[in-house]
Order: sequence, then C-alpha cells, then structure tokens
Amino acid sequence: MAKLKQDKSHEMGLHEEQLKGRTQQRFFSIDESENLTYFHSFDVDTSKSATIDAQDMTPREINREIRELMEKGIGDITVDNPMSRHGVGVGILNRLNLTFSDSLGYFGCGLIDGPNVHIKGRVGWSCAENMMAGTVVIDGNAGSTFGAAIRGGDLVCKGSVGARTGIDQKGGTIIVGGKTGAFSGFMMQRGRMIILGDAGMNLGDSMYDGTIYVGGEVEELGVDCVPGEMTELDIRYLTEKLGNYDMKAPNGIEKMQKYVSGKTLWNYDNLEPNEKKLIL
Amino acid sequence: MCGIAGIIHKNAGKDVNIGEQMTAMLQALKHRGPDSTGYAMYGEDNGNHIVRFKVAEAADLEGSFDIHAAIEDRIAAVVSRMEDLGAKIVKKENATEYSHRYEIQFSGDMKKLADFVEDIEGVEILSIGNSLELIKDLGDAAEVSEQYGLNSFNGTHGIGHTRMATESDVDIRSAHPYWAYPFSDVSVVHNGQLTNYWTNRRALELKGHRFSSNCDSELIAVYIADRMNQGQDLESAMKDSVEYLDGVFTYLVATRDQLGMAKDVMAAKPMVVYEGDDMIALASEEVAIRTLFDHRIETFDPYHGEVKVWQN
Repeated sequence: MAKLKQDKSHEMGLHEEQLKGRTQQRFFSIDESENLTYFHSFDVDTSKSATIDAQDMTPREINREIRELMEKGIGDITVDNPMSRHGVGVGILNRLNLTFSDSLGYFGCGLIDGPNVHIKGRVGWSCAENMMAGTVVIDGNAGSTFGAAIRGGDLVCKGSVGARTGIDQKGGTIIVGGKTGAFSGFMMQRGRMIILGDAGMNLGDSMYDGTIYVGGEVEELGVDCVPGEMTELDIRYLTEKLGNYDMKAPNGIEKMQKYVSGKTLWNYDNLEPNEKKLIL
Repeated sequence: MCGIAGIIHKNAGKDVNIGEQMTAMLQALKHRGPDSTGYAMYGEDNGNHIVRFKVAEAADLEGSFDIHAAIEDRIAAVVSRMEDLGAKIVKKENATEYSHRYEIQFSGDMKKLADFVEDIEGVEILSIGNSLELIKDLGDAAEVSEQYGLNSFNGTHGIGHTRMATESDVDIRSAHPYWAYPFSDVSVVHNGQLTNYWTNRRALELKGHRFSSNCDSELIAVYIADRMNQGQDLESAMKDSVEYLDGVFTYLVATRDQLGMAKDVMAAKPMVVYEGDDMIALASEEVAIRTLFDHRIETFDPYHGEVKVWQN
C-alpha cells in the first residue's frame, strides 16, 4: 500500500481534512460511448486503403496527404517512415483506420475525434493530447504528458510512459502496459487510467475526480489521492477493457489497487457535460 | 528551449565518424535552438594537451576598427604566457580569426596555466584535454560543422547542444558545451533553467572556482568539477547534483571515456535514449536519434531524478 505524502503543507495544517475517497462509489456504464460525429467529417470507407511514404515529407505534408485521402473516401491509411516527426496525425475528426509503421515524435495524434490509430513504434511527448474519441494504440514506449487533457476514447501504450501521464485528464481511458513516471494523473478531473506496472511519485496529485488503477507499486501518492475499494464493477470493467487490447495485469486484475480523489472541491461536481445541460 | 544530444560507441575503435553523427543529430534539433551550436567530441589521444580558446567574440569583428590588431596582440600574449609556464606549443590551428586550437606539451599545473592565459583581456579557454575537442559558435550545426571541418571527426563519443538563448546573451561565451574547468576532458551540455544559480555560483566562487559566463548551465560544469576535485567519481557527483541543483533540467556530461545523463526530480525536461549493444544515443527528441538509423529502433524516456552513466 502506498503511503500518503506527508510534507510541509501537512505540518502547517493546510491539509487537515479527512480524505475519504468520495468518488469511489460512482457508477458508470461499461457500454457508454463517448464518440461523436461531426457534421463536416469525411464519409470514408474502411475497405479502401492507401499508403503514404513519409520518408521525405514534412509533418504538414503528411497531415495534408492524410486529409486528401480522407476526402477521397479512403478509410484505411498506412503511413510508412514517419521518422519520429512531430505533430503528425493530428486534427482527424472522423472514423479512420490509421497505421503508422514506425515511431512518432511530439504531439502525435493530438486533437483527434474518432479515428482508430495504431502506432508500430514509440511516441514522444504529449501523444493524443486533447483526444475526444477513438482509439490510439502504441506498441512501444511513450514520452511524458501522455494523453494530456484527453476527454474520451482509449489511449493505450503497450510499453512504459514518462512523467505526468494523463495530466488534466477529463475523460476517456488511458492504459499503460508498463511503468508510468512521476505526477501521473496530476489534476485529473474525470475518466480512468489503468497502469499495469509501477507508478512514480505523486500519483494523482491534486486530482478532482476520476479513477486510477495500478497493478504494480506506487512510489508515493500525491496530495488528494487516496486508495479506493475495488468493486465487482471495477473488475468487470478492467477485464473487458484490457481484453479489448489483449493486455493482462501481471499479478491479476483482482490484485490491482484503485485510487480516487479524496477531496471535494467547493465548485466541482462529477456530472458529465450532457448531464449538466439537462439541469442548467 | 535548447536541444541536447550525445552519442557513445562502446566497442568500436576511435575511427567512427562521430562528427558527422553529431552534426546530423544537432541539425535535427535546430528548431529547439537556432542561436548557437556546440560540440564536445572525444578523439585520439596523441599525448599532447589540446587547448581550445577564443580571443574575441564573433560579433567583436564587426564592432571595432582595432579588433584585428587586438587579436594579434592577444594571440602573442597567449603564446608568451604558455611558454613562460613551460608549455611547448607543437601545433597551431585556427578555424576563424577568433577561435584557436593549440596542441601543447605540458606537465605543470593545468589550472595555473588556464588562469594565466585567461587573465589576458578577451581570451577565454574553451577546453583543455587530451582527447576533448570543444567547438562552439553561432549558427546551426551545419554551419558550425562546415566552419570547423567537423564532418570528418573520428572518435568514440561526444555531446552537443543547440541553444535558444533565454538566460544570457547570444554569444560564444554563453554557448554550450561548457568545459568543467580545470578538469581535463570533462564537458557539459544542459537543457533547462536552474533557479538556485546565483546562490550556488557565489558559494563555488568563494571556493576558488571561476565562471566565464552568466549562463546558468555553467554551474553544472563547475559543480561537477568541484565534486570531482573532492575525489568523487562522475556518477556519484551527478547523483548529488540532482539534489543540489534546483529547477528543471536534463544535462549530459562527457569525460575521456564516459558519457552521463541526469534528469531533474520533476522530469520536466525531455530526453530520449536509445541503448544498443554497441552504441548509445541520447537526444532531447527521438527525431535526432533517428537520423542515425534507417530502421525502427526502441527508445525510452528516463524517469525523474534518474542518472545514467555509460562507459566506452
């Protein structure tokens, strides 16, 4: 069991409240769909395929080529030789099967809403930042700020990731097959994070809401993050979610630890945006 | 922002063209810092000490009518002072009017020699070593490499830097790498900001260390030198530095036969590592490492507070 962080702020009495794990009993639907379709998105046919050789292309040229292929209705695109370039595969707002045959650099697949992306390599910092829906699966490792501010979809790294994974996460699911670095789940607001390996220091620091599952050791919990109680629903959810990506918890799902926010912010609730619209 | 890169070949001889490899990596990092580019590369040790020094800034050549005569006077003074302390100059080269490379035979106190030479106005020693060649100038890697003929430099390892000036001026003095004065063959490159620079600089100056610039990165070189002066090995000194230095940083250190990397406790600055059987390559971005390969590679990000040292 990870220990709660006890630092100077505790000694000074700035964190006197009892952290109770207010959100651990929140129920969610396993079948919930967070995908959206935009009015202006491309109508593509996933049985139509095309390949781009990006060896000598700039990121802008690669992104433009992807867009032009989607305009032609092609729904299955493979990008060869992306050569770890930055900002590739961004801003895709519709269904698309997109495969990168090698590693991407920083900000790969950011601002996407709908595509299913497979990266057969590694990704740099801030992969899938602000992702709204779809799936991004990375075969290798990932850099820091993996899945920063994502709002939906599944972001999966089969290897290990750097620091600040899921910083400002607002929804969706982040799955990490290996380790994650310091400050993962920092200021997490909603969604779920599944770490199958170890987690670095200050896990879930300042999280408002959301759920973090860890299969390995936690170096240290951050302020406001507390252990939660694993329920049948959690186990069903993890079994189904990991099964989707052919991933397994090294010590079994039952032995995973759940972490949630232990503090209520005075102006924060856990209503989803569409639920908020109903009551406003 | 700045970009840093390093490479070390573990099992090869000294005939790998690391100049070309470093240039390729640093040019790929140009977008992280276009102001200046620097190399610290380690080649053949022929028994002589290699002294790299500058006698003016590149910008000085445009700002004064008397600068050319002053440069001549400074070079004469350098030669005179080296010879006064018993150094025998066996080879003189210069890529520019202001940047010089001397090979010397010298068995005396290296710190005294460095201090005596640097006492000449406008003269700064960039490095002293038996295998270290430290080159830095304004411009990108392609320009600096072309200017100094680095694309055919053979050796075992090297580190480099592309600088975006944020804390100090755009000049050679503030460019990286920094030599860990007065330690032969020790150099440092850094990406980040150190927030306890002035406090620690004053403390180290009181201990007799010299700073040639106002760039916070120089603190790392001087700190490592101070620790090694107290008998610490490189890895131990680097581990201590992670606690000692406050701020966000990733830095690389190279010695005659080692390459080290350290990352701050917040893991706030990037570093990507490729660790192969024969070669290790590190850079702020994988896009730099990929310039060395025509196939897919496995890389990873080091974690917070992590220190790694590789031997060639």
